[in-house]
Amino acid sequence: MKLFRMLGRSIRDAVKSVVRNFSLSLASISCITITLIIVAVAIIASYNVQNFTKEIERDMTIVAFVDNDADEEDVKEIESDIKSISNVSKYTYQTKTEVKEKMQAESDVFNTVLKNWSDEESPLKDTFQIKVKDVEKLKQTAMRIQSIDKIAVVRYGSGMVDKMIAAFNQVEKITYGIVIALIVVTVFLIVNTIKLTISARRREISIMRLVGASNFTIKTPFIIEGMILGLFGSIVPVLITMYGYTAFYNHFDGYLYSQLIQLIKPEPFIYQVSLAVIVIGIIVGMIGSASAVRKYLKV
Amino acid sequence: MSDLIRLKNVEKKYKNGTTAIYDLNLAIEKGSFVFIIGGSGSGKSTLIKMLYREEKPTKGQVIVGGLDVAKLKNSKVYKLRRKLGIVFQDYRLLPKQTVYENVAFALECIGEKKEMIRINVLKALEDVGLKNKVHSYPDQLSGGEQQRVAIARAIVNNPKLLLCDEPTGNLDPEMSMEIMKVLEDINKRRGTTIVMATHDKEIVNKMKKQVVTLKQGHLVKFKQKGKYEDEAI
Ligand SMILES: Nc1ncnc2c1ncn2[C@@H]1O[C@H](COP(=O)(O)OP(=O)(O)OP(=O)(O)O)[C@@H](O)[C@H]1O
Ligand SMILES: [Mg+2]
Repeated sequence: MKLFRMLGRSIRDAVKSVVRNFSLSLASISCITITLIIVAVAIIASYNVQNFTKEIERDMTIVAFVDNDADEEDVKEIESDIKSISNVSKYTYQTKTEVKEKMQAESDVFNTVLKNWSDEESPLKDTFQIKVKDVEKLKQTAMRIQSIDKIAVVRYGSGMVDKMIAAFNQVEKITYGIVIALIVVTVFLIVNTIKLTISARRREISIMRLVGASNFTIKTPFIIEGMILGLFGSIVPVLITMYGYTAFYNHFDGYLYSQLIQLIKPEPFIYQVSLAVIVIGIIVGMIGSASAVRKYLKV
Repeated sequence: MSDLIRLKNVEKKYKNGTTAIYDLNLAIEKGSFVFIIGGSGSGKSTLIKMLYREEKPTKGQVIVGGLDVAKLKNSKVYKLRRKLGIVFQDYRLLPKQTVYENVAFALECIGEKKEMIRINVLKALEDVGLKNKVHSYPDQLSGGEQQRVAIARAIVNNPKLLLCDEPTGNLDPEMSMEIMKVLEDINKRRGTTIVMATHDKEIVNKMKKQVVTLKQGHLVKFKQKGKYEDEAI
């Protein structure tokens, strides 16, 4: 009961001083807003990229071509080698005849070309098609298989995905840098806003000390003020997340460029992102006000 | 043991090297009214400050209401402050708040309930004779009235001890006597122990209370029904 009463008072005081120091409060809020917009976009982009790279990777297959001169014994050996690789989840073996039939069935062009080759002169090879458990280690696993005796070539269709992930990692790092820099600026602005409030209320604070207010009581309004700045700063980013992403999703019908790149459904995704944005805003506000209190309010 | 305040071999040396109090021993009984007198720089304010833990003694022991003031952690000072009220020469009121709000502030800060605040604030304002000015702002009051608001704020929490550092310092003799009447009344009716530092010879001589005389940081006299004696200072 007593705690609620004190908290009510603190919130009232905090809102009052946000209004009183309007220009500096606005500067802090704007800075938090910009930071959080970038954070929101970064979260949305990062989750989407993660989502569709996973989709693509899920049906990514390593194809290992067996040497032409390998006999049945060799194939058995290769098979047991492949089986022994821990990252391999599934594999199928196709002889070149099977491959030929499959390709012929797939397209007329292949059909006419391949018909003319006998098994001996066929450029096709016996193949192992291998699925892996951990796609991150796709490359290593492919290299492992490559090193097996009598394996001619190994292919895995990750060139495009690899490059995309690398590019996105780069962008992600830069974004982290920008966000951290912006948070530092924001915290600095909040510290100064709270410092102003503290000095405006110096008299009040000294009286509070005299009449026996606890440190908690003295500090709380300032901490809450910082949290309120953070909360106000998250309003625009949350709106952008909720309406912006939904509009974006609807505009592209849930796909980007092709069926391959599928966007995350807005619900409940936008609520999770909004919540994260609000929490980050409040925490940043709290860090700023807490350090101002520690610095300028010697209690 | 009816001593509310006990000082044992107390020394206060400020960081700049000035010693304000030397080896002070003093006991003040519950319910008493004590003047602290002495010339400028004799250590009156320093003594008062040690009683509410604005300053810590550098040596010795200061006990107020059972609390060992020197051993009190910074974060626990509020416990001491809630046992006492403090009044200064410059009133220290909040200019943008009414008389009522100024007095209520002391109770709001310690999380008192609204009804309790109302009852205690009105009682305190009645005790200092300002019940008809509850809605005035400090700048609409005379100096004496402002000081009475400050006294009301100091006693609103029903403290055992009221510390006053030159409460009449800014007031003319007439207003000063009004304040003294209020303080005497509080001492008698509420049983609040009062320790008051002052320069004012006339007040001390008229009131005939206990007098502690300091001279350059040394206790020179502690008398019942004392007088302001020039030669001692
Ligand atoms: N914060 C401080 N730092 C250093 N020295 C101080 C401090 N406060 C007081 N002093 C010194 O301590 C001595 C006692 O000061 P104090 O204020 O207690 O005297 P006082 O009796 O209240 O004087 P006055 O009647 O002028 O108010 C003085 O020499 C003063 O200069
Ligand atoms: Mg003094």
